[in-house]
Amino acid sequence: MSESETASAAVPALKVTGVTKSYRHVQALRGVDLEVRPAEVHALLGDNGAGKSTLMKILAGAVSHDQGTIEVNGVEQSFAKPADAQAAGIETVYQDLALAPSLSPGENLFLGREIMRKGFLGRLGFVDRKAMSDAAVQQLQQLGARTPTSHVEVEALSGGQRQAVAVARASLWGTALIMLDEPTAALGVAQTTSVLDLIRRLRDERGLSVLLVSHNLPDVFAVADRATVLRLGENVLTTDIADVTSTDLISAMTGGRITPKDPS
Amino acid sequence: MTTTADEKRLNPLVKIAQSRRLQSLTILGLFVVIFAVFAILSPSSFLSQTNLEGIGLSASQVLILGAGVTFLLIAGGLDLSVGAIIVFSAVVAAKIMAGATAGLEGADRMGWPLWGPVIGGALAGIVVGTLWGVFNGTVIVKTGIPPFIATLASMTVILGLAQVWTNGLNVSGAPSELQTVFGLGRMFGIVPWPIVIAAVVVIVLWIVLANTRFGLRLYAIGANPESARRAGINVGRYTVAVYALVGALAGLVAVIDVARFTTATVNGYSAIALNVITAVVIGGTSLWGGRGGMGGTIIGSLIPATLTSGFVILGLQPFWQNVAVGIVLLLAVAVDQYRRRKLSAQ
Repeated sequence: MSESETASAAVPALKVTGVTKSYRHVQALRGVDLEVRPAEVHALLGDNGAGKSTLMKILAGAVSHDQGTIEVNGVEQSFAKPADAQAAGIETVYQDLALAPSLSPGENLFLGREIMRKGFLGRLGFVDRKAMSDAAVQQLQQLGARTPTSHVEVEALSGGQRQAVAVARASLWGTALIMLDEPTAALGVAQTTSVLDLIRRLRDERGLSVLLVSHNLPDVFAVADRATVLRLGENVLTTDIADVTSTDLISAMTGGRITPKDPS
Repeated sequence: MTTTADEKRLNPLVKIAQSRRLQSLTILGLFVVIFAVFAILSPSSFLSQTNLEGIGLSASQVLILGAGVTFLLIAGGLDLSVGAIIVFSAVVAAKIMAGATAGLEGADRMGWPLWGPVIGGALAGIVVGTLWGVFNGTVIVKTGIPPFIATLASMTVILGLAQVWTNGLNVSGAPSELQTVFGLGRMFGIVPWPIVIAAVVVIVLWIVLANTRFGLRLYAIGANPESARRAGINVGRYTVAVYALVGALAGLVAVIDVARFTTATVNGYSAIALNVITAVVIGGTSLWGGRGGMGGTIIGSLIPATLTSGFVILGLQPFWQNVAVGIVLLLAVAVDQYRRRKLSAQ
């Protein structure tokens, strides 16, 4: 198959092999394999309790896994804390976005990694608000997000605009992989469309890989190139989106309890 | 175009968000009106230098503490132990100053033999205040006990320790030279020193809050500690730092009062923590963290002192000040709450 040949040619942006994780007696992950190729949108699907959140937390460096390996751009990594995952080029957009509502988009983009003033003032801890604001404007424009950037507090933005700010922050720092946790869960139709556009731009214009954790199959079919389905802590299906229907995915997620309509 | 549609939809919300500036302006307007009314009703007494200085002096304490408490509330903290820290620090400063200068006579009572212990006592008072602040912050960070309870407890402990140490008696005997030169003295013979110090503290901290990484991160921590943590900010360290700042300023206030009265008062300051929180909240800083600023705190600190002096001059009972400030406080918090609900609703 030519498809698998191209896959083996390029070093995957993220390669997870045999990752396990137990919380006391509960085995949340029983050996998960996951491969996200460069510049692809990869959907991570699964029912509640399938292990999506656990895998996400591991990849974000929030919890550490028991066994298995994680490679980012071909280099094996171990994450003891979120900063390690960030240093490896993985940025996470949490469902609650983790934005500071009373700061501007620019200040949020650089929160924790502020641009300092040059020279003496910078050494005193003075930040360069204008530089951060300019960079935010540029970043949001590149992503095609129509979001007011300066002199506006994030709190005053719409849900979609806040999502755009969070994605912009992730794409500003992420060099390998952007993880998005249910990015459209709280959004209306129009805002969902613009967030999906944003995801495509991450892939097409920035060449970033996206791991899209979602329940929403229409979203997945709209933007994802491939999908991996987790069930009970294992990956049960990895497929090109073009090769499956939503019934197939639901069937994989639920372990065939809902079977596709079958003439026989 | 979507742009204009988006911006239109955004507009009313932007207005609400920006109306925090409106609140500061409203408070400023209120202050100007109060000031103007008193000035018109009794120009000769109210606008006299003595009276204005009196307002400045009685506001200076709240201003100095309010500058720190603005940081603290923005970072999502609260400190009820400020008054107890002042008492404890004042006792430390007064004991050192009085003890080391008591026997000095004549020619010995000048230069380093006199001023060395005075400066040492002042520094010790500020350091001890800072350490109590570090204690507060550490307890809150390590145990996760809500600041209200943690500092209520530490207030009782700190005050209790000061009372045990002094048998509940004021500590007098700080050198009167300190009072003459500094406590009742004036910079360049014009402005009383306590007012100068309050102004310097407020201006420096205003600049820090509005322009530095430290200030910026406090807003993020107060608004959402978890997101600050995810952004790689050491929330615990910042929290301890703001409590330490408030403790240091309480120590400074203690030293200023020892200089003014040559005595550490053990039974004072019981209401100061709440008065300071009132001033800061009236100025538009949110009790729920993440929002606020120094400009409002300045006005919020000046209003009570202005009202008191104005009422006295007009021959009204000065206690009306309490009634008025309480009502303004209620309004300020109600407005803040309304805005928060409005913003989280969309």
